[in-house]
Amino acid sequence: MKSIVPILSVLAAITAIWYAGAIWMNSQWTLDQAKRAGVELTLPEIVKDTLSQERARLPAPHQVLAELWRTTVEKKITSKRSLVFHGWVTLNATLWGFALGVAIGLSLAIAIVYSRVMDLSVMPWAIISPTIPIVALAPMIIVVMNAIGVQDRLVPKAIISAYLCFFPILVGMIKGLRAPDQMQLDLMKTYNANLRQSFWKLRLPSSMPYLFTSMKIGIAAALVGTIVGELPTGALRGLGARILVGDQFGPPIRIWSALFAAAILAGGLVATVGLIQRFTLKRMGMSR
Amino acid sequence: MIWLMGAILFWAAAVWLNVWLARSRFRGTRAVRIFVPFLFGVTLLVLWEGLVRGLNVSPIILPPPTAIAARFAASTGVLWLDFVQTVVKGALSGYLIGCLAGFAIAILVDMSVFLQRGLLPIGNFVAALPIVGIAPILVKWYGFGWESKSAVVVVMVFFPMLINTVQGLRAAEPMQRDLMHTYAAGYWKTLLKLRLPAAMPFVFNGLKIATTLALIGAIVAEYFGSPIYGMGFRIQSEAGRLSLDMVWAEIAVAAIAGSVFYGVIALIEKGVTFWHPSQRG
Repeated sequence: MKSIVPILSVLAAITAIWYAGAIWMNSQWTLDQAKRAGVELTLPEIVKDTLSQERARLPAPHQVLAELWRTTVEKKITSKRSLVFHGWVTLNATLWGFALGVAIGLSLAIAIVYSRVMDLSVMPWAIISPTIPIVALAPMIIVVMNAIGVQDRLVPKAIISAYLCFFPILVGMIKGLRAPDQMQLDLMKTYNANLRQSFWKLRLPSSMPYLFTSMKIGIAAALVGTIVGELPTGALRGLGARILVGDQFGPPIRIWSALFAAAILAGGLVATVGLIQRFTLKRMGMSR
Repeated sequence: MIWLMGAILFWAAAVWLNVWLARSRFRGTRAVRIFVPFLFGVTLLVLWEGLVRGLNVSPIILPPPTAIAARFAASTGVLWLDFVQTVVKGALSGYLIGCLAGFAIAILVDMSVFLQRGLLPIGNFVAALPIVGIAPILVKWYGFGWESKSAVVVVMVFFPMLINTVQGLRAAEPMQRDLMHTYAAGYWKTLLKLRLPAAMPFVFNGLKIATTLALIGAIVAEYFGSPIYGMGFRIQSEAGRLSLDMVWAEIAVAAIAGSVFYGVIALIEKGVTFWHPSQRG
């Protein structure tokens, strides 16, 4: 609670800088227009004009919020202009990619923890994998998916987002599954527990805090993956497509409102995982 | 058929060899630690080649590795041009500016508890956002050249760097600070001799995360407008023309560049934070 005041004041400072930037960046256009019309503008007039331009280089915060309001609340959610609709498309692909990424990350982690061969042969490649800019693959995955007849845009987006989010899960889960110390493993042995039992009753439960921490990173990465998957590919739906369309045809304010929607979505997703984390850890008696 | 059989035989032999090596008494040695993953990678390539040739997969869907290698060797000139444009001019310059800015701001933020409380949660939140989305905006502002790519990279690497440095500057323990105090060391001396060195593991963590982000940013930004060269541009246009071997060659360049970039930072880290437990083991 102590941090509320500092956070709010930093946010206020950012907003102020944004307004100043908007005035500065948009003033060129205003001055040009005035020159062409042959009028002299006073400073308040310039400021007023820069903050209300239709196609501003940098739209002011209140314009973005107004656009956001217009495209979410005042539009029917089935409309193609509604950000709720596009957000849903993006969310859908993100969740599929996240599920796929968690499944891959989890199974690889289990394989690596239990098998020396997997540890030796796969682990170095898994560590290298995030340094490979997978987004480079995005245009190609889409083309290939078209070539083999998968028309649904969901699949390539989900693949990209799964690739981006599997690594944090993998690393976190390897740490988590190895978290029980030798004493606890020995105890399981004295109970005559087999591999499966010691996995379900010891390793998996004690990895939960690690799992949730890495899932928070993973779901944010999955959203980035989906949006990147929508950006370069001529997708028609989704927040990334909205950014693309705003770039090519619409006023820049559309990009900004789509970006804000993406930020809200990201915050919501991370917060949701955080809530599940708190609930689960509390039920398991592990909350701090 | 012969391709298919050969690939599967090779795969079986390699798996057997790796299992044997991992169980043998040499498993802890350096040579085995390098050879096993190497063989795993080679096996994947052989399987890829065998399956693509054996099952007659169209090169429009997946070209075999040999075709990609041939294309790579044949067009090194173009690949080099793209590499310089995207990695050296776009990613590297943005990386330097962004990381330096993040580092400097972090030191400023660190001086005030108020700013720390306010900026850290916001920085953490922003670092989780899909910042690449601002690429079209920055390309509009700074034009199609490498400057706009650099700008995208700056924004992308800034926040992870800021958060990690601020966290790192808190890493020195109160006991150690008290010791510096008893030495009558002032703010700057404590910063230089104790807190910055103690922060280095965190700083390098940020630097390493930023290498990946820098390449992603530079490549994606090119999808929104670039001169007629650059890795992102090439990937997009060649994918459109279905010459996937060229796309894969670019991806190979990106993968090599990404790994080398990361590796260099990790090497420097090893030299700077030699005292840290994670480096001693």
